[in-house]
Amino acid sequence: MNVSEIGEFVGALLILTGAIASILSVFGLIRLPDVYTRSHAATKSSTLAVLLTLSGAFLYFLFTENFISVRLLLGIGFVFLTAPVAGHVIIRAAYRSKVKLADISTEDELYEKIHGKHTDKM
Amino acid sequence: MAFQILLNFFIAVVWMFMNSSLTPSTFIIGYLIGLLMIIMTRRYFSGRLYIWRIWSAVKLTAIFLKELILSNISVLLLVIKPDLSTMQPMFFAMPTELEKDWEITLLSSLITLTPGTVVVHVSDDQRTLYIHAIDVDDVDEAIDSIKNTFEKAIMEVSRG
Repeated sequence: MNVSEIGEFVGALLILTGAIASILSVFGLIRLPDVYTRSHAATKSSTLAVLLTLSGAFLYFLFTENFISVRLLLGIGFVFLTAPVAGHVIIRAAYRSKVKLADISTEDELYEKIHGKHTDKM
Repeated sequence: MAFQILLNFFIAVVWMFMNSSLTPSTFIIGYLIGLLMIIMTRRYFSGRLYIWRIWSAVKLTAIFLKELILSNISVLLLVIKPDLSTMQPMFFAMPTELEKDWEITLLSSLITLTPGTVVVHVSDDQRTLYIHAIDVDDVDEAIDSIKNTFEKAIMEVSRG
């Protein structure tokens, strides 16, 4: 195997891993109990999946066509910048509008800070 | 730090003009010479030498990528576990020693991107972060692990 075939193989492997990660994060989206735990699976495992897929595509084009795609690199950067902010904002909005936590949640140190004293158990 | 980098660029550009060859390789040679000059005169600058700061930023990136991959794997394993009811999601408060706005933003982005934790709320005095974690056995352990990895690395970047 020469260098470009190894590069192709690594790129394909990264894309496959990304696809598997995104499937697993969709499983998480279906199986997890409440909005807070779901957003974990939705925002972050899928971020990693997108990252793996994009870097796999980058490596593939680098080795097959000798083409450095700056747009793919920029895409990776922008996904990394915006994904955590989106997750934060969605969870924060859900918490502010008093979306219920799952029953298995153990502790909540934030409730009194935002909504004042406990009136009824959430 | 920005001043040192700007000065280094300026020296490199002056070197290019002195050689009257405007090529990238001349620029790189001029940049290295400027770096040498800044290292020799470093006691006239107030901060640390800027390459140390860049080095600690590189270290922070490496730590982040490691944590991202390891904890993503742990969350993916959690998702395919047959019995989800043993999971313990919770909100906890984490005190932070970081002060500047950009440091706190960076810390909360890093915490949010590491699966298992999402920052929900930053207290008004910016001393406490409220974090939702998907599965914790021990709060102190979770706080310690964030403090020892990310907060320390960020402080290393921003110090001096």
